[in-house]
Amino acid sequence: MTTTAPTRSDATGRRSATRRPIVPGRVLPVVATFALFVLLFGVGSVRYEGFASGQVFANLFIDNAFLIVLAVGMTFVILTGGIDLSVGAVVALSTMVAATALKAGLPAPLVILLVLAIGTGLGVLMGLVIHHFEIQPFIVTLAGMFLARGLCFVIGVESISIKDPFFRALATGTIELPGGVVITWSVVIALAIVAAAVWVLHRTRFGRTVYAIGGSESSATLMGLAVGRVKVAAYGISGLCASIAGLLFSVYMLSGYGLHAVGMELDAIASVVIGGTLLSGGVGYVLGSLLGVLVLGVIQTLISFQGTLSSWWTKIAIGTLLLLFIVMQRLFMRRTS
Amino acid sequence: MSTVPGTTTAPGVLERVRGSRLLWPVVALVALVVANAARNPGFVSIRLQDGHLYGSLVDILKNGAPTLLIALGMTLVIATRGIDLSVGAVAAIAGAVACTTIAGTTDPTSAGAVTRGIVLALVLCLVLGLWNGFLVALLGIQPIIATLVLMTAGRGIAMLITDGQIITVRNDAFREIGAGFLILPVSILIALAALGAVALVTRRSALGLLIESVGINPEASRLAGLRSRTIIWTVYVFAALCAGLAGLMISSNVSAADANNAGLWIEMDAILAVVIGGTSLAGGKYSLSGTLVGALIIQTLTTTVYSMGIAPEVTLVFKSLVVIAVCLLQAPKVRERFRRHRRTGPAEPTAGVASWSADTDGPSAPGHPVGQDASPATAPATNASTAPKQKVAQS
Repeated sequence: MTTTAPTRSDATGRRSATRRPIVPGRVLPVVATFALFVLLFGVGSVRYEGFASGQVFANLFIDNAFLIVLAVGMTFVILTGGIDLSVGAVVALSTMVAATALKAGLPAPLVILLVLAIGTGLGVLMGLVIHHFEIQPFIVTLAGMFLARGLCFVIGVESISIKDPFFRALATGTIELPGGVVITWSVVIALAIVAAAVWVLHRTRFGRTVYAIGGSESSATLMGLAVGRVKVAAYGISGLCASIAGLLFSVYMLSGYGLHAVGMELDAIASVVIGGTLLSGGVGYVLGSLLGVLVLGVIQTLISFQGTLSSWWTKIAIGTLLLLFIVMQRLFMRRTS
Repeated sequence: MSTVPGTTTAPGVLERVRGSRLLWPVVALVALVVANAARNPGFVSIRLQDGHLYGSLVDILKNGAPTLLIALGMTLVIATRGIDLSVGAVAAIAGAVACTTIAGTTDPTSAGAVTRGIVLALVLCLVLGLWNGFLVALLGIQPIIATLVLMTAGRGIAMLITDGQIITVRNDAFREIGAGFLILPVSILIALAALGAVALVTRRSALGLLIESVGINPEASRLAGLRSRTIIWTVYVFAALCAGLAGLMISSNVSAADANNAGLWIEMDAILAVVIGGTSLAGGKYSLSGTLVGALIIQTLTTTVYSMGIAPEVTLVFKSLVVIAVCLLQAPKVRERFRRHRRTGPAEPTAGVASWSADTDGPSAPGHPVGQDASPATAPATNASTAPKQKVAQS
């Protein structure tokens, strides 16, 4: 879609993802998400003492680093017009594989490669089935979700703790930023992945093809784009991101468990949608997904600062936000067309 | 509703094609039962005791009832090219409302309390269904996302109702719904009655045809004078009611409402059952008998894993393998390849539903990304489907 964007916003629109000028149109949802984030953070700062600190802001990234990575992968898939329900289960499988392999005495770098290979392999496999057999992504990734969850339990039904020094160091190691704000290495990794995704989507032929497929797959095919390869690769990227998220999650929890990350795929999809990406594909930005994750994180922080609210209010709040954003998208789309 | 000739060797091509949509699911079901029986001959034995039927097969029916009921509602939703992810959450809400109402009355063991609880629960489900239908039919939001809202928020609402507790009730009348027996389990009787009613209403009147036509092309249906919106709306309300009833069964079976775990992933099971039964996620055609077979396969699979002494958690692996296998066998592309192998060429026109033939359009025909399917966009049959996607979606 970006490549065929109508006339005037074409040149600026491509650049807008990084610099975000006030272009009315496709960037508006992202701006709205950003405004919402500022608003929620502002409400928290006014209402609660100690909310408006750099560390609370940094904690949003620390506690959601894995979700950021997941949302990035999910953005690729949703941009092509697909969906990946397997990511939560792949996160669980990654923690389980990592914990088991480390317990068996494999060196950490090898374990990391193994986990990444498994995640990417699963993603590519699902992509191949989706593309070559023309089965709906929803069903294929659902089966993938069951498969990955089941494999976790084949490996073991108990929670396995991680004692590897490298993982421990990664978990406890911190980086001090100016102003006394502390972040973990997970945050750095997550942000690096966001940056890489932005580059790939907006600066490479691959990224343009992703948008083109989401805009219209048949047009993309007729234009001679490598639809099949890119589509399969999108699922591969999602699988890769899920396994990276799984590694970050195992660092975060320092354990592997088959019931980790239950329902996390929904959080990822919700962040992507709140970030302004259309589920029909072709429209959306990785930065929007990042903001979506931050909005979810801020809601959780607000609820924990409030203290009297029960955790299930998080779910209701996320549902309401989701609703707000899709209704807004509808109205917005109606106006532009 | 008649079952399919499971032992076709080489009858007329027409009959083969007609049967083949259900052939593989039925074969899978039979294979599962046979495998069980071979390993444990007691599996197929059924005995009558105190007016109850006992046996593994009866257990499958009993435990499969909620899945079947939800899959029934889901079939119609999917036939309109929609999907309802919220059914699990709705089931949890229904159970939560019923149990809190019953537990909250002065005499929690009376039949009056049960009636009140059930009516309240079903009315609330009706409202939730109206809500889903409102989002999909009126606002035109993609079904997958519209129902995702309630899927996320629904469990929160259920927790709100039960205050995060597991509410237990002791009420014999309530227990009847999920755990009672009238020779056969009451739950499966309810589910089968619902299935029969739907089959009667949709297949003996034009309603089924109308639902399918909305699924093939909502815009064209509207222009042809159909009330697409009303039909879509009705379908979502019906799905929510089915989910509510299933939620009552689930909570009645254990005499408790667990907002967190009641009906967890049941929407996935239901969707799988529908897909295994041969209903296309692209909408436009549905098979109620297929859904019945699909639901039975899912439940038999679960029971098989239990009875074979495999760790219950591994069920998921089996489920996914079966799903992948059945989906592959049903995929138009694979079937086409099969057909070419067997050189039974002129089979294609029989399956002439628009979306179906679109799938087999050619080697470069686009797949069906779910988001695109879910939106009421144009049928992707021609390559001209490029432009009007968003334009049509908004009207």
